[in-house]
Amino acid sequence: MIEAENVHFSYPNGIEAVKGVSLTVQDGEFVAIMGQNGAGKTTLVKHFNGLLKPTSGVVRVDGVETTKTTVASLARNVGFVFQNPDHQLFSETVEEEIAFALKNFGFERDVMQKRVDWALKLLGLEKYRKTSPFLLSGGERKRVALASVLAWDPKILILDEPTIGQDHEQKEKLRQFIIQMQTQKRTIIIVTHDVEFVAECNPRVVLMKEGKIIADGEGKNILTSAETLTDASIVLPQVAQVFQQLSNSTLPKNIIDIYEAKVLLCKALECKRR
Amino acid sequence: MSVFDGLKFRKVHSPVHDLDPRVKFIFVLSVFVIAILFDRLLPLIALFLVQVPFVVVARVRKEWARSLRGASFLAALIFLSNFLFAWWGANFKATPLMVESAVTLTLRFVVLVQSFSVFFLTTSPDHLGLALEQTRVPYEFAFAFTTAVRFVPVLAEEAQTIMDAQKARGLELEKGSVLKRIRNYVPVLIPLIVSAIRRSLELAEAMESRAWGATKKRTNLYVLELRKGDAVLLAFTIGLIVVSVYVRLYVQAPTVTQLLGL
Repeated sequence: MIEAENVHFSYPNGIEAVKGVSLTVQDGEFVAIMGQNGAGKTTLVKHFNGLLKPTSGVVRVDGVETTKTTVASLARNVGFVFQNPDHQLFSETVEEEIAFALKNFGFERDVMQKRVDWALKLLGLEKYRKTSPFLLSGGERKRVALASVLAWDPKILILDEPTIGQDHEQKEKLRQFIIQMQTQKRTIIIVTHDVEFVAECNPRVVLMKEGKIIADGEGKNILTSAETLTDASIVLPQVAQVFQQLSNSTLPKNIIDIYEAKVLLCKALECKRR
Repeated sequence: MSVFDGLKFRKVHSPVHDLDPRVKFIFVLSVFVIAILFDRLLPLIALFLVQVPFVVVARVRKEWARSLRGASFLAALIFLSNFLFAWWGANFKATPLMVESAVTLTLRFVVLVQSFSVFFLTTSPDHLGLALEQTRVPYEFAFAFTTAVRFVPVLAEEAQTIMDAQKARGLELEKGSVLKRIRNYVPVLIPLIVSAIRRSLELAEAMESRAWGATKKRTNLYVLELRKGDAVLLAFTIGLIVVSVYVRLYVQAPTVTQLLGL
């Protein structure tokens, strides 16, 4: 469980990026933190594995204050995949890249091998086992970065902009993967402004603006409230836009799921499933 | 990254910022040479004080203080190594003169850092490039130089992100023996170098798409001209050099140890 209490954070240059954020993420929850560039999303989540310590306020991970422990010991439970894979890839082969963190955490050799195999398979990277990560495409590098964090099976997983540079198929795989992680009671926090991806996943949505949380709740409610989204410079998901436009009808407005939309529209048009 | 912050240009309007970068560079170079010229404490203190008005007038006191703080570790190292070697050389007998000469060499380093800090704090990379160009340095070199200067803070920021990313994977930079600690930096350096190379290739493509090097003779939006202030600084610099050379050759500056009668 992650608890943030009235967290403020200022960078050394004096810019206050987080201004009094209180947020609790329960075990097994799936949360999307959204907001425009510079809203303080990444700064906030960097507190969750201790990379940043609050200027004032408290962040606790499983009851432990982040100021009282190291990043390395927090990282064992909190996996953090950075936005740009090029900021972490350095090994000669994909396999070694994935084993890097396992070595740092002192895994046994045979366990390490198993974990590497598992992570490679999970993200469909088996054929690149001996390839240099620098020779892979952008999307593949992103998957290697993800695999290198998943390998140690952290309880909490933070993904910073996981969908950037991914084609539709990969996004779908990512979504499936997140669902799978959720069934294993993993906590997942994504930082993103990919509103369509969030609409498809339908997680709890936390909306940030200028270092503050301006909305927090079910994706279905937040992603359909046009005013709040506009305030955070986010566009409504397309499905929601359609239902907003149909405002004169008796149809509900808070729809983001494509399947649900189809059922409602069919009912309205009185068409029958064949 | 405090050392880099102490060199990063910030747009402020002051008489020092408006000076011609060429003249400013001549001044910095002169301070550099004079600092090397003297190995006595008093002249170096004077040289240190000569630059303080510039810092005040340019309103960069905070940044300047930061660059000095950033240099304090190296300064301490210079002091210690000089003192320890002198002490060792004199069969482990410490004298006030040893302390003074160690302080002198440290101050020399501080003076050098200070002068370069003031120069880079008050000269925009654009101005610098313009200055190089107008002193007939081939444009390719001038451009490469200004780009390098401009990208220092960008790289510093990137290094910080990379360190964060690797720490998030359990890397502990400050753990282990000296050799291990150096090895710990490999996962930081490789991504940094790779991304710098990538960035440079991208920059090259972007420049070429904007017709870089299309004509032999480029024109400039701004042209540097020497003004009154520049003439004053130039005269001051020449005066400083003349006085320094005279003092160095004909006046033997006393050591503080002698003055205090130690």
